[in-house]
Amino acid sequence: MSSSQPSSDDLPQIARQIRGRLVEMSHKAGTPHLGSALSCVDILVAAYWNILRIEGKAPQDMTRDRFILSKGHAATALYVTLAMRGFFPAKWLDTFAEEGSPLAEQPSPECAPGVELATGSLGHGLPVGVGLALAARIRKLDYRVFVTMSDGECNEGSVWEAAMFAPGQRLGRLAVIIDYNKWQATGRSNEIMALDSLAAKWSAFGWKTAEVDGHDIDALTRELNQTGTGDQPIAVIAHTVKGKGVSFMEDDNNWHYRVPKKDEVAAARRELGLP
Amino acid sequence: MRNAFADEITKLGVADERIVLLSADIGNRLFEEFKAKCPGRFFNCGVAEANMIGVATGLAMAGMRPVCYTITNFVTYRCIEQIRVDVCYHHQPVVIVGTGSGLSYASLGGTHHSCEEMGMLRLLPGLAVMAPADAMEVRGVLRAALGQTSPVYVRIGKKGEPIVHEAVPDLAIGKAIVIREGKDICILSAGNMLPTCLEAAELLGARGCSAQVVSFHTIKPLDEVCLADAFAKFAVVATVEEHSILGGLGGSVAEWLSDQPRAMGRLVRFGVRDEFLHKTCEQESAREFFGLTPENISSRIAALWR
Repeated sequence: MSSSQPSSDDLPQIARQIRGRLVEMSHKAGTPHLGSALSCVDILVAAYWNILRIEGKAPQDMTRDRFILSKGHAATALYVTLAMRGFFPAKWLDTFAEEGSPLAEQPSPECAPGVELATGSLGHGLPVGVGLALAARIRKLDYRVFVTMSDGECNEGSVWEAAMFAPGQRLGRLAVIIDYNKWQATGRSNEIMALDSLAAKWSAFGWKTAEVDGHDIDALTRELNQTGTGDQPIAVIAHTVKGKGVSFMEDDNNWHYRVPKKDEVAAARRELGLP
Repeated sequence: MRNAFADEITKLGVADERIVLLSADIGNRLFEEFKAKCPGRFFNCGVAEANMIGVATGLAMAGMRPVCYTITNFVTYRCIEQIRVDVCYHHQPVVIVGTGSGLSYASLGGTHHSCEEMGMLRLLPGLAVMAPADAMEVRGVLRAALGQTSPVYVRIGKKGEPIVHEAVPDLAIGKAIVIREGKDICILSAGNMLPTCLEAAELLGARGCSAQVVSFHTIKPLDEVCLADAFAKFAVVATVEEHSILGGLGGSVAEWLSDQPRAMGRLVRFGVRDEFLHKTCEQESAREFFGLTPENISSRIAALWR
């Protein structure tokens, strides 16, 4: 197991590389949800480089920390992260969404090493994460469970069922990270439902809650490191920007569904400082 | 049946430390013994069934053997997508037990009737659907379900149903049990209709018709050997269930029959009509309303047999 000491790599640069790859993959495969994937990149970098005790070579180790990307529509961000962390060969990414590829637009069960759950239907990741955390307690294993959800996902009732249950069970080894980019598929998440005061909601449900800049890898790392230090589950409200890293995609919800054209891929990569 | 469930799951839980029992705020005092003998492995998940199924899936993924228990409607209709995506799509060994199935809770009104859930669950890939006939079969079904690694749904009745088996049958998933041998017609019974079917067989006997009765406790996978044998041997094969005639045992057998290469025996289905029960009544009267009585079953079969 790797330690949870912060990585000495240039993590902002790694995040830029991931974003560049995401833009390319969306273009090549013609797949949507690019804005959503760009939004959660820094959360994944903080988790996979600084927090998770998990090895790419031992993805089934029973004692590993679990990370569930419950917002399955951002699967490309998880795929690129897992490939960079050695869970599977980077060339698999070239096959993304192609017929027969292990990497579907949204992950299927055990589609690739490191993918813990088939997601894409929102509101499933947290209840399953709660079960994994309960099992750790019963089996006296010390792994931790991290579930990343979107703000739109918090529309789902099952999220709040789990949100009530986990603190009741004092699941301190469980953390949720909300990728709070203020958009969902067809509008502002604070307008479609009364999502605002999201931190107060999680706090009121009994979670140890923190609000951070969701693109500040150090700040995310600090908060996620709290997981398992007490018997209260952790909620990290990560304020993010949908489409982060590409100026003409940032906070523009058209990029929930839009696919970048060739010249837009080049422009995006230039902005990210990539060749 | 539910007392047999509580007792059997306690025994199984003592023997296998992977077994975890989840309930959704039901079974007041029913699981005291389980809690005492299997400490830390009972969770009251609250009135939150969608979460309960997800939690069970997470437990199973980490090597536990979760059993989810609450009233049938709430552990099936309410959380069908969690059963589909979490349990079945990931093919996790979760056992889902619905109590008060069919018309057991007739008096509680339509919100508590479950006459469609087998049809719904039967469509989910990899999920076995079982309806034990009595307290003994409940035990046998639980042993079989926890003795393998696929997901299983089990519908049970309430308490105090008549016991048919003298001992716990050596029960295998997908293998029906012949309860009474007969020569002329065959009755396939799902779940707690078995005593009624045996009474119907007696009434048929009085009319000179020798009836075979089978406890068809597994609706999926279908015991095709049993069906092939029954339709080859008997002029009339009846299905009886406290479930809609659509989608359950009768529906499954009708589908199977239509796929057979040559015409076989005559199928007649007894079950709940395609309507909600609005009448205030007890289970007995609800069964009567839908023609699920020994008299109606035997006379309709006799008319077809002649």
